[in-house]
Amino acid sequence: MARLNLTVNGNAVEVDVAPDTPLLWVLRDHLKLVGTKYGCGIGQCGACTVHLNGLPVRSCSLPVASVADQSITTIEGLSQDGLHPVQQAWLEHDVPQCGYCQAGQIMSAVALLNQNPSPSDEEIDAWMNGNLCRCGTYLRIHAAIKSAAGKL
Amino acid sequence: MLPSSRRPASCDCSRLTHDQEPFEARTTVPTIRTTLNRRSFLKASALAGGGLLLGFNWSANDALAVASPAGVPDDLFEINGFVKISQNGLVTLMSPNPEFGQNVKTSMPMIVAEELDVDWRSVVVEQAPFNTDIYTRQFAGGSQSIRQGWRGLRMAGAAARHMLREAAAQAWGVPIEEVTTQAGTLYHRKSGRSATYGEMASAAATMPVPEEVQLKDVRDFTIVGTSRKNVEAKKIVTGQPLFGLDYYRDGMLIAMIVHPPAFGLRLKSVDDAEARTMPGIVDVFTITTFDDDFERGFFDTNAFPELVVVVGRTTWEVMQAKKALKLEWEPIPDSTYTIGGFGGAQKVRVPAGLESTTDHIKRMAEAAAGPVRTVRRDGDPEAAFARAARIVESTYSAPFLAHNALEPMNFFAHVTKDRAEVIGPLQAPEFVERTLSARLGLPPEKIDIQMTRMGGGFGRRAYGHYVIEAALISQKVNAPVKLVYTREDDMTFGIYRPAYHAVFRAGLDADGNLIAFHVRAGGIPESPLSANRFPAGAVDHYLAEEWALESNITIGAFRAPRSNFMGAVEQAFLDEVAEAAGKDPIAFRLELLERARTRPVGENNDYDAERYAGVLKLVREKSGWEDTRPSGVHRGVAAYFCHNSYAAHVVDVTIEDGRPVVRRVCSAVDCGIVINPDAAVNMVEGAVVDGIGNALYGAMSFVDGVPDKSNFDTYRMIRHAEAPKAIDVHFVENDIDPTGLGEPPFPPVFAALANALYRATGKRLYEQPFAPQIEQYVQEATG
Repeated sequence: MARLNLTVNGNAVEVDVAPDTPLLWVLRDHLKLVGTKYGCGIGQCGACTVHLNGLPVRSCSLPVASVADQSITTIEGLSQDGLHPVQQAWLEHDVPQCGYCQAGQIMSAVALLNQNPSPSDEEIDAWMNGNLCRCGTYLRIHAAIKSAAGKL
Repeated sequence: MLPSSRRPASCDCSRLTHDQEPFEARTTVPTIRTTLNRRSFLKASALAGGGLLLGFNWSANDALAVASPAGVPDDLFEINGFVKISQNGLVTLMSPNPEFGQNVKTSMPMIVAEELDVDWRSVVVEQAPFNTDIYTRQFAGGSQSIRQGWRGLRMAGAAARHMLREAAAQAWGVPIEEVTTQAGTLYHRKSGRSATYGEMASAAATMPVPEEVQLKDVRDFTIVGTSRKNVEAKKIVTGQPLFGLDYYRDGMLIAMIVHPPAFGLRLKSVDDAEARTMPGIVDVFTITTFDDDFERGFFDTNAFPELVVVVGRTTWEVMQAKKALKLEWEPIPDSTYTIGGFGGAQKVRVPAGLESTTDHIKRMAEAAAGPVRTVRRDGDPEAAFARAARIVESTYSAPFLAHNALEPMNFFAHVTKDRAEVIGPLQAPEFVERTLSARLGLPPEKIDIQMTRMGGGFGRRAYGHYVIEAALISQKVNAPVKLVYTREDDMTFGIYRPAYHAVFRAGLDADGNLIAFHVRAGGIPESPLSANRFPAGAVDHYLAEEWALESNITIGAFRAPRSNFMGAVEQAFLDEVAEAAGKDPIAFRLELLERARTRPVGENNDYDAERYAGVLKLVREKSGWEDTRPSGVHRGVAAYFCHNSYAAHVVDVTIEDGRPVVRRVCSAVDCGIVINPDAAVNMVEGAVVDGIGNALYGAMSFVDGVPDKSNFDTYRMIRHAEAPKAIDVHFVENDIDPTGLGEPPFPPVFAALANALYRATGKRLYEQPFAPQIEQYVQEATG
């Protein structure tokens, strides 16, 4: 076990966990931030996507010790009251079916638009290809990203 | 081998009904006797302190906080099991059925709100608990939630409205006939009096439940038929706890299971010495979900009734301890278990052995060579084939499929000596209650089942073994426990879509008319055949036969059970037959449907030929089927009827950089009245994407009993860039009571894609998944 200092959604927190514990499980089990989802545990589905210093990472495959003292943003910290333009676009397009993957989709989409404010269809396809949606809401995800583009 | 009638089939859940009354009414009955659903109307009661109800319900939507003009309610009055109204006018509607993305948590309350006549903005929705005293068929499956809920939901809203009008009539001393409503307000026009529902709620709760109520004319609907946003969308996009895996309670432990690595193996010995000493580990033990002599229910499918369990403080610690277990396995012997329900207790045989896909393929080909069971015969098929000018014959096959709901199986349980509380994602609480009650030795009234939102289901969460497991684990450790499956545990546990095989033959006369049709279908371990489906009824000489092979690999309902294969292959075959007949594939089908409509062959044809033709005509019009196609666009069509509704798709494929790209899908659906159009479009879009994904990539195969895929690195799923670039969805507009939407659009997608790919490559696709063959076909086609 190790005491580690993390910055999650702007808040400094200390956790006492095995250093190899994936960030995902620290968020979910220790910090009770369950918006970040477990889907595969091997970085294949994207449900666990969070931002590390503003860049998207798969928290299921990231040992917590490697992110100590760095800035982590989860879906819960993306905005006050769900008002981030990407979240708003998701509501506007009524994207979710089951909804399980959507936090990860949104975190990936925000990261895309942060570094490329008006991505092409091909750029969205390439960037979002790591996030599985078993219900098949890809067209709405795509449309919501296009809507949010330029609003960040 | 002949199919056994005793085999537990992958349930066509549309057949699971508590109510034998037909729901196919073409016109809406304006007056309805509420006694039909007497159980839905417990003695009306006033509930003081409504905040209590809303306060603890963690899955209530947040319209209360953000969208309601009414604010937080003070006193809340239960008018009936579906409707609660607070004094300040906030309306709480209970959504009875489990939610797994089909959006019933929005659409079912919309139906109540319609008849209640309230402003949708003053409505909050709560997930109802499992309660057979109040609700019927709290089941997510068979595309039946709306179809079978339709009358009861309308009745609940209409009865509550009636009681509010009655209360106003008494308060004002006027006849009830003179009391009208509009958007949550009661009016007496003559005297100019009015009152809000909130003001009359306490009195309404004491009114007698009406024996019959007037329903709205469907043409007067103002909520049903208009698009309303998902009531939980905001919680979803902000990452609020909604799903079973998100559930938490103080003192809760985490449990995980280890199941045998192969079908045909069972636990022999456990060495948990190291695992027990690892950090955070509380206990390691085995559980037996079902003893050999336990009479299983229909949804108790389970290849691995004995499991190793690790219980600890956190998920990661338990995952690590699982890896430290030293387990030995041994082959299972031939065995039988008893399954109850649906026609009495029956024995089911489970064969020993370690099965492989290569062997399955050989065995299916042998089984298709006979002997088989004849299910339907019209006319003289042998003679008709003998005189046919041309015979088309094709053989199709498809592998097992894993559901791969993105939220792995999980459940919370807290079992004490005299009570069990279970909370989590499941499609079939009623069936779980029966099994839990028997397995724990507790009467149903001591079992509390709460349903969370499900991170997908697709049929998988009808099989509640994980609920029983969670309860047994909680009982053993005497603590609240959340059972969590890893992705690998989930994908390799079984309950797959069966492997299927079908041989079709069509006999054409010299003019290209279909004179004989023969289908011989089977699978492991069940036949996919629905013998009374189209083109039965449209051909004079028709023969349908089936077979099935035993297996110890477990299967279960998978979105549109059986239809997901038969629709795929029959519609691909008809495309081939139309081509052989020299006819346009839509015109060919319409010709057959016209025959079935005007001069049907045989009896018990299970489809409405007019509605079936309707979706084909609509998709022909909307897709521009008869227009000149853009260069390089290859187009395929298919249609199917299942789960009481009709769907047709036209798929446009192009070949780009040596790979097929689905440019556009045009869909036409007849599911009767559409409750929430934009959500319905979303559902059809999802079915299209799911169909294309499983057609191209879906496959679970086995080597010596071991599933050869256990996670998304090897089990290929359709991804963002592979989805169609556009999907246009159109609904047939009619006044038919809703007939279901979750499953019907799914099966024909496979065939429309196959037919488009044929146009692109010149090669028919006979084996699912298509992706491994397509690359080669495209290379051959493009040189």
